[in-house]
Amino acid sequence: MAGHSSYTPKTAIEKWLHERLPIVAFAKDHALDFPTPKNLNYWWTFGGILAVMLVVQIITGIVLVMHYTPHVDMAFNSVEQIMRDVNYGWLIRYMHANGASMFFIAVYIHMFRGMYYGSYKAPREVLWILGVVIYLIMMATAFMGYVLPWGQMSFWGAKVITNLFSAIPFFGDAITTWLWGGYAVDNPTLNRFFSLHYLLPFVLAAVIGLHLWALHVPGNNNPTGVSVKSGQDTVPFHPYYTMKDAFAIAVFFLFFAFWIFYQPNYLGHAINYEPANPLVTPAHIVPEWYYLPFYAILRAIPSKLGGVIAMFGSILILFVLPWLDTSKVRSGTYRPIFKGFFWIFAIVCVALGYLGSKPPEGAYVIWGRILTAYYFAHFIVILPLLGLLESPKPLPASISDAVLSKKSKKLAPAE
Amino acid sequence: MKKLASLATAGLLLALAPLAAFAAEGQKEAKHISFAHEGPFGTFDRQQLQRGYKVYKEVCSTCHSMRFVAFRNLAEGGIFTEEQVKALAASVSVKDASTESGERPGLPADHFPSPFATEDDAKNANGGAVPPDLSLITKARPGWYGTFNQLVNGIGGPQYVYSVLTGYETAPAELAAEAPAGKHYNPYFGSGHWIGMAAPLTPGRVVYDDKPEGYEATVDEMAKDVSAFLSWTAEPKMEERKQLGFMVMIYLAVFSILLYLVKKKIWADQH
Repeated sequence: MAGHSSYTPKTAIEKWLHERLPIVAFAKDHALDFPTPKNLNYWWTFGGILAVMLVVQIITGIVLVMHYTPHVDMAFNSVEQIMRDVNYGWLIRYMHANGASMFFIAVYIHMFRGMYYGSYKAPREVLWILGVVIYLIMMATAFMGYVLPWGQMSFWGAKVITNLFSAIPFFGDAITTWLWGGYAVDNPTLNRFFSLHYLLPFVLAAVIGLHLWALHVPGNNNPTGVSVKSGQDTVPFHPYYTMKDAFAIAVFFLFFAFWIFYQPNYLGHAINYEPANPLVTPAHIVPEWYYLPFYAILRAIPSKLGGVIAMFGSILILFVLPWLDTSKVRSGTYRPIFKGFFWIFAIVCVALGYLGSKPPEGAYVIWGRILTAYYFAHFIVILPLLGLLESPKPLPASISDAVLSKKSKKLAPAE
Repeated sequence: MKKLASLATAGLLLALAPLAAFAAEGQKEAKHISFAHEGPFGTFDRQQLQRGYKVYKEVCSTCHSMRFVAFRNLAEGGIFTEEQVKALAASVSVKDASTESGERPGLPADHFPSPFATEDDAKNANGGAVPPDLSLITKARPGWYGTFNQLVNGIGGPQYVYSVLTGYETAPAELAAEAPAGKHYNPYFGSGHWIGMAAPLTPGRVVYDDKPEGYEATVDEMAKDVSAFLSWTAEPKMEERKQLGFMVMIYLAVFSILLYLVKKKIWADQH
């Protein structure tokens, strides 16, 4: 991003503003002219999709709050009122509830894309770390949001998750009481979850601002992992990527609309249409699908404290990923062995999700332990060793070289 | 790249796989009957909802509440005319502390009256088990499980209600011995196969107004009609949702194609 802005204020008022706040120049440099590698594939569109999803969640959320009542006796009723009596309330609520799942689908694709192409490596470590912070805030926000309708799974999910903190030695019970605002999950718990659920998305927006800042310092990574070397390698963000992202967002919305209009309750739990009842425990308490891999890790460790440490550890380990991966080559495309391990890791994550949805008994427990061990081994053993042992394929000289050779391959007749 | 894309798609589908909940031990899968309102274009059969309302009114509502549904909803849903709804509402007496007697005839804005004043009353009158509110029952009770099964066939909520209503059997010998007092054997019931409710429907229990005089409605018919009605009470905006959804999907599909063409044109000088 070196070099002078291409923006020159022309009119008097533009000059006046530019001298005081060069916001137009900033927008032009960062949203329009920003040089972006010309070889980004569709996996790179999920950042834009995520930004749009955050906006969708905030807008629908603000409208829902206009009609929702955060009280244990009225929360469930007010949600039903939204579904039945508020104009298009059903649409707003289904958008918000399914939007959370879409948000997580997009964030998981975004994260795995970063892992495959080594987007976390120097000089993008801070960008990656901010991403992990965003992910953590998302998880907290979504968890508290699921509690608000005050259905059976809302209540029991809140109880199980907050109870995890009681595993902390010495202070555990005091912390849990403090979180609950009492001696059980009750009205004060609902109120504070509501308050935080409204606050956190704005914190999220701020951290996303930092994430974008950290992105715009080194610029985008790209599928070759080779740094941008000249203007030949890039295109201006607008109109090239604004249009590519817009297309991807429209397709993603098509997918989103399918869930809203035709399977609006599939991603939730049927039992959450039953009001919270502290006296009746549901047969199976299962978190939302996007937490299931971590739920499996939690239950894989036979001690409560150990499980909690493993669960948080499985996310916190992402913070040090840039230093665990010792390979100097960024993109998995040029790392034949890493590629295989990447896909094994992806399958292990999905399999852990499957195990998280199953009751903790028999073979499920054994598999849960094996895969939990593998999850950590991927980061602690496989990635550090691979970087030292693997011999990567030769890298293209530049991004445009890679693009050109791909094109000539396409044009050349079969050998 | 293609391989990557297909693998990721497969991964995504698998990631969604663990959604399936669990069946209670020994619960039989609900009977696979179909309803007019199912599928992406399905609409409620008004005639059936009228009959279903009558079954609910004359049988279910003696024990079960329906807190989230108001009489006016019956008119909004096109099940009865406004005049009919006024008459239906007026036929019940509603508690209203602002009147001298504490009661008044119902108005269309009133919600369906609950059979018991408090949860404790409901419990005491029903052998310790509160009859669940029926407003959302078809959304709260899955008739079957399995990730792909539910994705394709829905959760089978109305089928669950239908199967419980028609699923009373004599308990198998090995279970009959452990029969809890006052409970009835029903293998379709979601929380264990012993249900507090006695078989509520008997042939001819409800007289159908749209059938010739002397017509004896079967248990099967009544169960089906009331299950359809309970699908409507759980999701009265379902038709609006599917219709709007269809238009939104078409709009987005066309919009996506246009965006793709614009994108292709813009990128043409780079390829």
